[in-house]
Amino acid sequence: MGQVKSLADLRKIKEELQGKMSLREKSNNPESLVQVKVAMATCGIASGAKQVMDFFIEEFDKRNIQAVVTQTGCMGYCFAEPTVEITLPGKEPVVFGYVDTRKADDIIEKYVKNGELVEGIIPVNYETIEKK
Amino acid sequence: MMKDFAMHIMDIAQNSVSAGATEIELRIEESVANDRLMMIIRDNGKGIPADMIGKVTDPFVTSRTTRKVGLGLPLLKQHADSTGGGLTIESGSGKGTKVTATFGLSHFDRQPFGDIAGTVVLLAAANPEIRFIYEHITPMGTYRFDTAEVNKMLEGMSISEAPVVRFLKEMISENLKEIKISG
Repeated sequence: MGQVKSLADLRKIKEELQGKMSLREKSNNPESLVQVKVAMATCGIASGAKQVMDFFIEEFDKRNIQAVVTQTGCMGYCFAEPTVEITLPGKEPVVFGYVDTRKADDIIEKYVKNGELVEGIIPVNYETIEKK
Repeated sequence: MMKDFAMHIMDIAQNSVSAGATEIELRIEESVANDRLMMIIRDNGKGIPADMIGKVTDPFVTSRTTRKVGLGLPLLKQHADSTGGGLTIESGSGKGTKVTATFGLSHFDRQPFGDIAGTVVLLAAANPEIRFIYEHITPMGTYRFDTAEVNKMLEGMSISEAPVVRFLKEMISENLKEIKISG
């Protein structure tokens, strides 16, 4: 067994990453990134929100999609946990319910990549024709 | 239901995040000699007003407006109580909050720790502006993780980058193994 990792080893990771980042010109403007908010209250956690969040962080990195993954509190859809709110650049936020890792994969492939809607959307931002 | 400590930690720390904390500290102390396990989560958020503090472990009390029940603290209290321990909350408006839960370390109903490393790193990655400190004490030694030190090392790079997240998880897990946490 090798030595136990310490913060000093982080320097190497940082340097590798810096090389990659200059290539993909990371934008500092969060508006231009895909934003993912995982509902992480008691209800979300108990239904497996952590695994879903881990999955999004890992997969966006693997699939080379620039995204910000954060947490939010309870959005009031406890019945549909884990719930995830996704905002594509320049679009209105969309909330997906019953998200497990399989569903998350679907969301990345269909919605994030192609803007194609997938099953399980909770109509939070629903606006009637009259309102518009 | 909460299946392990990691879930409780995510949950209670989320309260601290919602309370506007800029610093959240998690301390876990295992005392084999006294067969006691203590978990403390302390923050510098807005605190709980005096008239609320006696009621927060009541499932039908919450400060949130999206729903009418709050189960985070009641579930932690139930877990602690069931192992012969208990829950205390010290707080006040503007004073931050300290949640202390004690457990019987070898008690049959004490749940496993679960993925504490992953939970702490996920919290840090999702809330890069908050300083997270995690200290775990066992008879074998103490491990301390502090995102202020991580950020110093990263020199402006985000703690939320996936390779950093991955590294930190491994680093914490390995160090916890070194001090032989109970699991």
